[in-house]
Amino acid sequence: MVKKILLVVLMAFFMLMLLPFAKDFQAFEKLSPTAEKYVQDGPKELGGANLVSSVIVTYRGLDTLGEVAVLFIAAAGVGFFLRREGKNEKAARRQASQILFSGTAFLFPLILVFGVYIFLHGHLTPGGGFQGGVVIATAFVLLLLTDVSASINNSVLHLVESLSGASYVAIGILGLVLAAGFLDNRFLELGEFGSLISAGAIPLIYSFIGLKVGAELVGIVDNMREVRS
Amino acid sequence: MTLITYLGFILILVGLWGMLTNKNIIKIIIGFSIVDTGVHLVMVSIGYLKDRTAPILDSAVLKADAVNQVVDPIPSALVLTAIVIGLAVTALMLSYAIKLYEKNKTLDISTFKELKW
Repeated sequence: MVKKILLVVLMAFFMLMLLPFAKDFQAFEKLSPTAEKYVQDGPKELGGANLVSSVIVTYRGLDTLGEVAVLFIAAAGVGFFLRREGKNEKAARRQASQILFSGTAFLFPLILVFGVYIFLHGHLTPGGGFQGGVVIATAFVLLLLTDVSASINNSVLHLVESLSGASYVAIGILGLVLAAGFLDNRFLELGEFGSLISAGAIPLIYSFIGLKVGAELVGIVDNMREVRS
Repeated sequence: MTLITYLGFILILVGLWGMLTNKNIIKIIIGFSIVDTGVHLVMVSIGYLKDRTAPILDSAVLKADAVNQVVDPIPSALVLTAIVIGLAVTALMLSYAIKLYEKNKTLDISTFKELKW
């Protein structure tokens, strides 16, 4: 009872803490100066039609590198906690239904292609490396749901993950050497605005991010799936 | 102040309530995810400007007039980062939960005595 009252008091306190922010908040009438600069100069400077991608990949590229690093550390942590000790016994499970089997066989390549589409078009349409990577990971989750005994080749996964991570940093350094700064996308031709091969290195960087995120999430799911007695 | 902001605050409070009242560690993680979603909604709605569209240039939003037509791209970019970090943190918490369940055969946090004094 005392606990309940304390909880209610605590929640009321939280509500009071959020209230001034909700009450006094003034909606912006126009873009902040930083955003205005990004919107005004971004298309000309970087050639990307999707300004959010331009901000993520180039203007705030270092943040994104840190974000990828956090994701990597989390994936490594999951792998560390759930590492397999000795041989693991596969739990006997009911076979997946025919619907799931046929659905996976039909959808798996389509989902993969859709994921690749999302990260290749990250500089033009809503989407990008992280979203594309997650879509690719869902294809593998579907595969693992269908076939319990399916095993994912871990060395291929690690190879894709480390190669794309290393290439991401290498592209960043190329930008430092050939263009204005770390992760600058302008060492490649900007190309025609709005076409697939444009915006310099943004599609390239997003492809590597997509592969890396996809491989990491598949690794996380694969680690969590292991059933031990 | 849009409706979305208030919904975000409500989600934050709901998630906190769920984290504080539940003893099942999986439910606590779900509460954390709800708080996470609420924070994302608040952040996105701060960057929203009335009657404007997504910061993606095409035939409808021309380069020259984009400044008057698009919402702030920076909160969107930040939220994208926050979503990915939230996903990573949730995965890590779930792996703790799996390990704790393996060790104690229960998800009830009141039986976890290791850090109590």
